[in-house]
Amino acid sequence: MRTLHPFNGGIHPPEHKNESTQQGIALAPLPARLIVPLRQHNGNPAKALVGVGDQVLKGQMIGQADGFISAAVHAPTSGRVSAIEMMPVAHPSGLPDLCVVLETDGEERWIERQPVDYRTMDPAELRGKLRDAGVVGLGGAVFPSHVKLNASGLETLVINAAECEPYITCDDMLMRERAAEVVQGIMIAQYAMGAKEVLIGIEDNKPQAIQAMQSACQGTGFEVVTVPTLYPSGSAKQLIKLLTGKEVESGGLPTKAGVQCFNVATVYTIHRAINHGEPVISRLVTLTGNVDAPRNYEVLIGTPVGELSALAKPRPDTSGFIMGGPMMGLPLPDLNVPVVKASNCIIATSQALFPPKLLPMPCIRCTRCAQACPADLQPQELYWFSKSMNFGKAQEYKLFDCIECGCCSYVCPSHIPLVQFYRFAKSEIWEREKEKKAADQARERHEFREYRQEREKQEKTARHAAKAAEAAAKAGVEGGSGDDDAAAAAKKAAIQAAIERAKAKKAAAAPKNVDDLSAEAQAKIDEIDELRAQAKGAAEHDIEAQKSGEGQSTQ
Amino acid sequence: MSALLVMIGLAVVLGIVLGFASIKFKVEGNPLVERIDAILPQMQCGQCGYPGCKPYAEAIAAGDTPINLCPPGGEAGMLRLADLLGIEPQPLDAESAEPKPRQVAFIDEQTCIGCTLCFQACPVDAIVGAAKQMHTILASECTGCELCLPPCPVDCITMVPAVGGIAAWKWKYPVYPIHTDSRLAA
Repeated sequence: MRTLHPFNGGIHPPEHKNESTQQGIALAPLPARLIVPLRQHNGNPAKALVGVGDQVLKGQMIGQADGFISAAVHAPTSGRVSAIEMMPVAHPSGLPDLCVVLETDGEERWIERQPVDYRTMDPAELRGKLRDAGVVGLGGAVFPSHVKLNASGLETLVINAAECEPYITCDDMLMRERAAEVVQGIMIAQYAMGAKEVLIGIEDNKPQAIQAMQSACQGTGFEVVTVPTLYPSGSAKQLIKLLTGKEVESGGLPTKAGVQCFNVATVYTIHRAINHGEPVISRLVTLTGNVDAPRNYEVLIGTPVGELSALAKPRPDTSGFIMGGPMMGLPLPDLNVPVVKASNCIIATSQALFPPKLLPMPCIRCTRCAQACPADLQPQELYWFSKSMNFGKAQEYKLFDCIECGCCSYVCPSHIPLVQFYRFAKSEIWEREKEKKAADQARERHEFREYRQEREKQEKTARHAAKAAEAAAKAGVEGGSGDDDAAAAAKKAAIQAAIERAKAKKAAAAPKNVDDLSAEAQAKIDEIDELRAQAKGAAEHDIEAQKSGEGQSTQ
Repeated sequence: MSALLVMIGLAVVLGIVLGFASIKFKVEGNPLVERIDAILPQMQCGQCGYPGCKPYAEAIAAGDTPINLCPPGGEAGMLRLADLLGIEPQPLDAESAEPKPRQVAFIDEQTCIGCTLCFQACPVDAIVGAAKQMHTILASECTGCELCLPPCPVDCITMVPAVGGIAAWKWKYPVYPIHTDSRLAA
């Protein structure tokens, strides 16, 4: 038995998991229309590869990965692209996003699927394959898996099968029914990263899944570790701590500690992509909550939630739907939104199951949130700083280590929506960083422009000078001929004449009252003139002396 | 006598140290200008009356200009400047205090005659084109300063909101009524 390293905090909300595990996984019927968003993952949205009116096959790539942190998007079935437009999607903003709308033809014609043998492949090639198969983290964070697989010489590979959030059972059912395929996927991930040890963490409220995984792991060396049921042990950092005792440093990646974590459903899609050549076009979705027929369904990506939820027969008093779990999920404003790679669960809500939240009261600094926080943060301080928009301080208190699990809000006796404040603060900080980056870029470009203008000016003057010199040289060369000599002489004569004229003018302007002076007056004038000359001489001497003095000092 | 020698010795040693420090740790330029410039939004729009953010920063550092002349920086920018300089905040005029959503210029390529006047005006070289060739704006580099609008002889440039949608969306400040009556909440 492996020793566990429990993390601090955590909560025990009512599980509500049994309702949806009474029946096996069913296949959701093919809808008439699929809405496939091009942004289903973290990073850049995929670039559309198809046009309106195109016929596509099941599994055909309709959106290409754009950049490193991005993943491809595929047609979930065969049919015709009827539109590529902004459609409502599941996002807290309620804003529409670009989607490819597919009219299904019901024929389910596949592309040519090409399974590959990963053992003969270079890990980089394998990652490219996964990127093109649209493999992303299916636990809910939808981070492109090929980016996470870019690690080597890993100590431990952690497979996250804790599924700690209430109501959700899709990973549980996947392991119960498809354990062998999950194990195949783990092998690929282990090969890609060269992991020495594989630990599969499953919460003890899933005994059947534990048993299924244990028998599937026979002879593979993978270890199934049963962990106590505690929300949020299914968070990557918390599960890594629980299983290995290693703490992922603040702002760092688990790979730095020699650990990487993958969701169990993600490794299943890795297996489908590599060993069957099937991209991610469907996923398991738990339909539960205030419904008569809760169950897990294999659902094509793009299926409208309204159509899907009808399968579970929502009760008449259903007040709404949540996509994801009750702790971190997102209330859906519109039932036309499609199922995406992140949608693990659809919960029908009612007044009885989800009583309206009580109005918040002021924080009394009881620090119950700090006791519940699994990330060892001080939620009451983070709330304080986020509320007062003191973002520098919030970052000092490690706001970005918050996993938004909602434990703090859950235990808060004042019912303060704490996570909303953290989300606000985080997005505000990101926005400011983006603005700062843009400002730095603009400053750099402006400075370069000024430098360029200065350089162009200098180049221009240099060019003019060169041109003038060239013209002068040309004139000099041509000066050898007799004509030019004559012209130069004429010019000289003209200048001479002008000088003469000027002299004559000056003479004409001479004082007229000095013609017939008395001897006395003449003597006075002479005296003054002499004094003037002396003064001039003295001044000149002074200047000379000063100049030489300066010369000495500079020497 | 020895006290005198000690004092002289100290003076010489400290003098050498200070002289050395003034050469070794010489500060190039005015660091205050850099810090003010870091707060300014770098739109280079010239609305402050200076030919760019750096000249305005220099003027503020010299202390001969108010800090409320930058509408793109808004109230927040002015407050940060006041905080940095340790002076009283100076309110912006009502029109410029309104925060404006980020905009970028857009050239209607059908109307553009390729006169190159706009990209001579652009402070960040965000317009590409050539004489008698169509011009276009690099939206990622455009600061939205609107300096390209007046020179355009055919008015083919308009300001459009910068990339919106989900990518630019942010969480709002949570607003809710607070219960002050404890009996009601119980």
